[in-house]
Amino acid sequence: MVWLKKLVGAVVILGGVGAVAGWVLSAPARLDSETLAKLGPGDAATGKRIFYAGGCTSCHAKPGSQGEARLQLAGGLELKTPFGTFVPPNISQDPKDGIGAWSVEDLANAMLKGVSPSGRHFYPAFPYASYARMNPADIANLYAFLKTLPAVAGKAPANSLNFPFNIRRGIGLWKLLYLSDQPVVAFPEGTPDPVMAGRYLVEGPGHCGECHTPRDFAGGAKKNDWLAGAVAAEGRGIVPNITSGEGGLGDWSEDDIANYLETGFTPDFDSVGGAMVDVQRNMAELAPEDRAAIAAYLKAIPPHPNGYPARKKTAN
Amino acid sequence: MRKLVIAISMLAVAIPAAFADPILDRQALMKERGKIVGGLSRVVKGEESFDAAAVLTQLHALQANAEKFDADALFPAGSDKGDTTAAPKIWEDMAGFKAAEDKYLANVKAAVAASPADVDALKTQVGAIGSDCGTCHQGYRIKKG
Repeated sequence: MVWLKKLVGAVVILGGVGAVAGWVLSAPARLDSETLAKLGPGDAATGKRIFYAGGCTSCHAKPGSQGEARLQLAGGLELKTPFGTFVPPNISQDPKDGIGAWSVEDLANAMLKGVSPSGRHFYPAFPYASYARMNPADIANLYAFLKTLPAVAGKAPANSLNFPFNIRRGIGLWKLLYLSDQPVVAFPEGTPDPVMAGRYLVEGPGHCGECHTPRDFAGGAKKNDWLAGAVAAEGRGIVPNITSGEGGLGDWSEDDIANYLETGFTPDFDSVGGAMVDVQRNMAELAPEDRAAIAAYLKAIPPHPNGYPARKKTAN
Repeated sequence: MRKLVIAISMLAVAIPAAFADPILDRQALMKERGKIVGGLSRVVKGEESFDAAAVLTQLHALQANAEKFDADALFPAGSDKGDTTAAPKIWEDMAGFKAAEDKYLANVKAAVAASPADVDALKTQVGAIGSDCGTCHQGYRIKKG
């Protein structure tokens, strides 16, 4: 029975090593000093553009807010997903209930690494898997703009998630698989500037891939179906294919895309709908060249067929 | 005899109306609406030249279309089933749905009353109307593949 003891011993040791490795690997990792040095002073006017490109207000404004009220970032929207209900927190300048006490480094660690000031993982419902591709300087710009917004008291309710997704430490392993600051679509040298500028806006702050790209079993973006459209993670129905593949934007011109982002009208004069309504209102705040860059990028990426199953015409 | 003929002809009119498909009816109404807004948008984008009289005719057509919108007739109970992208929220929140449509109608009427004299004036009106389209489609429609 010596062999059995040895086997048990080996399993215990391996299990222990696995647990230690898992614990070490899942630890929240902050930004290194080299990245933090790139933050720079930050400029609120540039930050305003990042704020609208990033769509912060779509999730963090009080649900149903219109006009100026969209700048009151008290949180509280409920995102009902198969993992449970996520509630975006208060990110107003209130020092106690919001993020008024955060340093620019705190914001950078949250957006680029998904780590809170107290060293906890944020859930990737906060789209840092996209924000991780942003330039550190733009985080500082955004920080400067957020400082100009009002403080709103009151904490948003907590998330309500199903097991095992309620174990935050598991997010550390998720990050090892899916968190990267590298671009999704590689372009050859000499690619026109608008396409590259569009890549930054779409893949980084715009976080378009979070809804328009299908996810695998663990909730990571399927990069081989980048922007091919997906079953809606929240709510019902689908999020459309925005590549030029079948079912996508093949017959939209770059002007059509830019015009849609500005006015909310499709080329056949249907209107924007669903969660995209708030996104389009944010896109309308950008400069025309930013919308043109997004359009140029979308027309330049690899085409894919729809990333969601075909609709059954009869049953609902 | 005369009464009978009238009764029959009234039935002949009433029956198709009663059996008409509200899903097809509301889709036709929305298609017409999109077409009119499309014509106005082409003027805003400068693809067609601005003609105040023609624009006003289009706005009147948009108002006539908006006034035809009868939520009770077009969205009766049970018409959430079938080949439709109408969201269940319409029937859960009929008051909110009707209020959104009323706001749209009010903005269309305001555009008619404003009688835009140039492209910029038209752009403002079409912008307000387009925002109403989005507000309704945000919560009361589900995008399907």
